[in-house]
Amino acid sequence: MSTIKSLEDLKHAREEALKKKSAKATSGAAQIIVGMGTCGIAAGARDAMKSILETIESDSINGVIVSQTGCIGLCEKEPIVEVIIGEEPKVTYGKVSPDIAKKIVREHVVKHKIVQDHVIPM
Amino acid sequence: MKAFRSMVLVSSDPLSIERGANEVYQKLQQEIKSYDLQDEISLTMVGDVGRHDSSPMVIVYPEAVVYGPVKAEDVHTIVEEHLYKGRIASSFQAPTRELTGRIAWLSARKGTLPAEQRIVLERAGLIDPDSIDDYIIHDGYQALVTTLTTLKPNDVYETLEKAGLRGRGGAGFPTGSKWKFVAKAPGDKKYVICNADESEPGTFKDRLILEGDPHAIIEAMAIAAYAVGADEGYIYIRGEYELAQKRLVHAIGQAYEMGFLGENLMGSGFNFELHVHSGAGAYICGEETALIESIEGKRGEPRARPPYPTTHGLWGKPSLVNNVETLANVPPILRHGPDWYRSFGTPSSPGTKVYTILGNVNVTGLIEVPMGITLREVIAIYAKGMKNDAAFKLAQTGGSSGSVIPASMQDTPMDFDSFSKAGVALGSGALLICAEDTCVIDLARVLLNFFRKESCGKCNPCRIGTQRIYEILTNISEGTGKMQDLNDLMSLSDNLYQLSNCGLGQTAGAPVRDILNYFRAEVEAHIRLKVCPTGICPMSGKKI
Repeated sequence: MSTIKSLEDLKHAREEALKKKSAKATSGAAQIIVGMGTCGIAAGARDAMKSILETIESDSINGVIVSQTGCIGLCEKEPIVEVIIGEEPKVTYGKVSPDIAKKIVREHVVKHKIVQDHVIPM
Repeated sequence: MKAFRSMVLVSSDPLSIERGANEVYQKLQQEIKSYDLQDEISLTMVGDVGRHDSSPMVIVYPEAVVYGPVKAEDVHTIVEEHLYKGRIASSFQAPTRELTGRIAWLSARKGTLPAEQRIVLERAGLIDPDSIDDYIIHDGYQALVTTLTTLKPNDVYETLEKAGLRGRGGAGFPTGSKWKFVAKAPGDKKYVICNADESEPGTFKDRLILEGDPHAIIEAMAIAAYAVGADEGYIYIRGEYELAQKRLVHAIGQAYEMGFLGENLMGSGFNFELHVHSGAGAYICGEETALIESIEGKRGEPRARPPYPTTHGLWGKPSLVNNVETLANVPPILRHGPDWYRSFGTPSSPGTKVYTILGNVNVTGLIEVPMGITLREVIAIYAKGMKNDAAFKLAQTGGSSGSVIPASMQDTPMDFDSFSKAGVALGSGALLICAEDTCVIDLARVLLNFFRKESCGKCNPCRIGTQRIYEILTNISEGTGKMQDLNDLMSLSDNLYQLSNCGLGQTAGAPVRDILNYFRAEVEAHIRLKVCPTGICPMSGKKI
């Protein structure tokens, strides 16, 4: 990472970051994003996250990016897990228990079948 | 209250009644029934909604279409077209040029749902808070770089003044003016401080911003420091917010690495160093002078004011203290300009406000909406109605120190000026919504119990006053209250307001005063009849 000295530098850094990001998307990789604000964690986001990571490891699934984000204000529905596969629209799941998280990984991420029962309509 | 598809309001100020609002209401009732829509549509008579030329008015939500003046014979068409077929009956709409204030604003929304408008929370929940790349992709640090390379300090606070940004910590002080005061205060060393000691019960908007979008605060603080001529900043963050602290510290590290913090930023010769200072979990430290004392390593007790922190703040130097949400508004304003910002909210309170919704409603959580939304809209649209279809009794805005708002005031637009005109405070943005089974004495007791424990004890009115009010309320809840107690409560809360040293004491009596104003009958029932109308108070006959 180089230091930013001007607007040009910032634009350049932004393009670099965008490139990195779009490379992930076009490679068809799946992204799993877990809402990890305090509300999410209190509702069990860590357990969901752990279950996701364990499932990925035990099933030896490749090409999945797991990341975190803050709370989006839907505290009622926490823990929230979002799945983005390639350039498809984002799917948001609510009240994700470790078991549901496992199901999301096995069904949605691996077989591309959305787990309809737990989707929050956005 | 149930969740309805549509909500219909009929104005019922004296002029509307004289011009036949009651007939319009009855006709609406009949027509809605004849189309069998009564389970989908709620119909309410509301008080004065503003402009009189077009009264009586009928307002239909969620489209926020204003019809007026409506005559009983117009009702059939309005119901058939709008409520049954879903087409706006435009020939009955109130002429826009005749509308002013609140109603004009409603009408200007042109048939759109008062949608959430995310300025402050734009990125929260979308980006990875630990990734500076994510922030930069979403236009992050553009405002800082532009400011440092092209703007002079006075351009920055003049832009904020033009945008009309007001402090979001509760008091609503114009932010641009505050920045100007600090910029013009004499002194070679100045500080900027971010007040992230969000300890108002029920408020968690700042936590969400800090956890979800920490770089936004870093960017805003660097801009603030440049504008006021400071070279050092503190984020005073509540001790309980461990996750937010961790993310902030991480983000600050990244910002130093990329050259958004440190020395000679963007080659402008401007230096800025930023520290995170953890509080130890005291409510009083949210008060700006107590917060400054706490950073200095002293006991968190408020200072006498004046002098204000703008001239004599941290270590006696001019200091700028801003709330997290206020700061989070700054980069978007600089990016898009003041006119853009003024397109949201009301003329006197532009922009958006983040509210945390809690209590007896179906959906709790957090929303960011334009200033000027009403409580009724919040409950019906964002909170999806009251739990178990109970009736709405009161709301408390702004945490413990806020105001109690009775159901009769739920159509007051929530902005700084409308609220202060109505004699209530907007506060920090917590909306505690209570249903009919809430006892006002019980509520007041819970609040005063909080204040008597959190009072720092520096001044007598607050230390003793909060304790005395708590004792009187406890006696009333046990059925041993006297009528004299009502006068005592009133004078105690007046004394608290007038004699306390800081905001904690000054607002501690507010809920008691509001309850005596709006729910006196219920309080008197506790004393005269020894009965708690909601059956919550113990009424055991004990006395303190």
